[in-house]
Amino acid sequence: MKAAHPDALPIAGGTDVMVEINFDRHRPPAFLDLTRVAELSEWGPEDGILRIGAGVTYTRLIDELADRIPGLAMASRTVGSPQIRNRGTVGGNLGSASPAGDAHPALLASRAVVELASVGGTRRVPVRDFFVGPKRNAMRTDELIAAFLIEPAQGPQQFSKVGTRNAMVIAVCSFALALEPERRRVGTGIGSAAPTPVTAPEAESFIEGVLDEHGLWQKRAPVAESALARFGELVAAAARPIDDVRGTAAYRRYALAVMARRSFVWAWNEYRGAA
Amino acid sequence: MRIACTVNGRPRVAEDVWEGASLLAVLRENMDLPGSKNACEQGECGSCSVYLDGRLVCACLVLGGQAQGREVATVEGLASGDALHPVQEAFLEAGAVQCGFCTPGFVVATHDLLTRTPRPTTVEIREALAGNICRCTGYAKIIDAVHLAADRMAPR
Repeated sequence: MKAAHPDALPIAGGTDVMVEINFDRHRPPAFLDLTRVAELSEWGPEDGILRIGAGVTYTRLIDELADRIPGLAMASRTVGSPQIRNRGTVGGNLGSASPAGDAHPALLASRAVVELASVGGTRRVPVRDFFVGPKRNAMRTDELIAAFLIEPAQGPQQFSKVGTRNAMVIAVCSFALALEPERRRVGTGIGSAAPTPVTAPEAESFIEGVLDEHGLWQKRAPVAESALARFGELVAAAARPIDDVRGTAAYRRYALAVMARRSFVWAWNEYRGAA
Repeated sequence: MRIACTVNGRPRVAEDVWEGASLLAVLRENMDLPGSKNACEQGECGSCSVYLDGRLVCACLVLGGQAQGREVATVEGLASGDALHPVQEAFLEAGAVQCGFCTPGFVVATHDLLTRTPRPTTVEIREALAGNICRCTGYAKIIDAVHLAADRMAPR
């Protein structure tokens, strides 16, 4: 259907799309109602990872999957309001590809994969390669987002978001973290502080180096304050923020360094306590 | 386009609906149900809160056609004849109504909260009503009303 009508606008929860329509910013020649496609609202295990349909709502992610993907569940709780979480979906977040999308940092930190479907078949794109520009993603016009694939948490995960309220806010900036003790790996994701959601690869390698060098994964010992501060700085340095109505670039950098350091300490203390 | 769905337990049909119309527009303009209010049209204010297949949603963010064949429940469906629903009575008694524009949305969202959480804490109430905005005053009386409704509906 999408191949026959490439200009038809896919709509799931409508929390982004309907705003465009209500304000007459966009008048598509046709709509594709994805809520009629039952498979999109299903999730289940697949080869040790989770395959989650693009139409699973934030409310369901929180209610049904918080134990397996706590980072994304934390991010989901910060989305809008109950009304919005009852309709909004990760598939829609990926489709809109806003740099401020709440799900994106958690998906990046967990190295999730996006499954795109077309009449030609399906292809899977790592979420780290999915965002190609502001509100632009790697989808072709004949493709739809079918699902995303995400590993059940391998260790503690965190998500932080700065905004003017506890609800109904577009992030000023946000940060997600995932620890993978078995692989001795640390994942990061930054929202609302660059043209696209981004990771902080230098911060990841730096802190992985510190943890390895001092045998901290085995010892479950505290991380030196200087290393935590450097981790925060490197996360802030990975951002490319601008001044806009929600905040200044300087504030975003500052807040990211704080959030990164705090998130790491929270996650690391959880890891240490889980021994 | 033509939209047929169940609204407040009764089958309803709307004819000649623009394909881009929201469920809110269909309810207000085609089905003579103006209880759900039209304010922000972007899901920010909660004034158009309704149930779609039992889930609390902003009717302004549901495309009319997405309601085809589904069950919608609006604020008009809460009262039984002349007898107000306990949530509606509590809002009146607690003085949680000032201009009244946001009230239908708050009433439906409160109904949803008390269905899921019969004895909510104040924090839970604030969280559950975070998507509903009142521009007249603060939220103290509204929170009082939710507690009052909870007391009536699920006595300790």
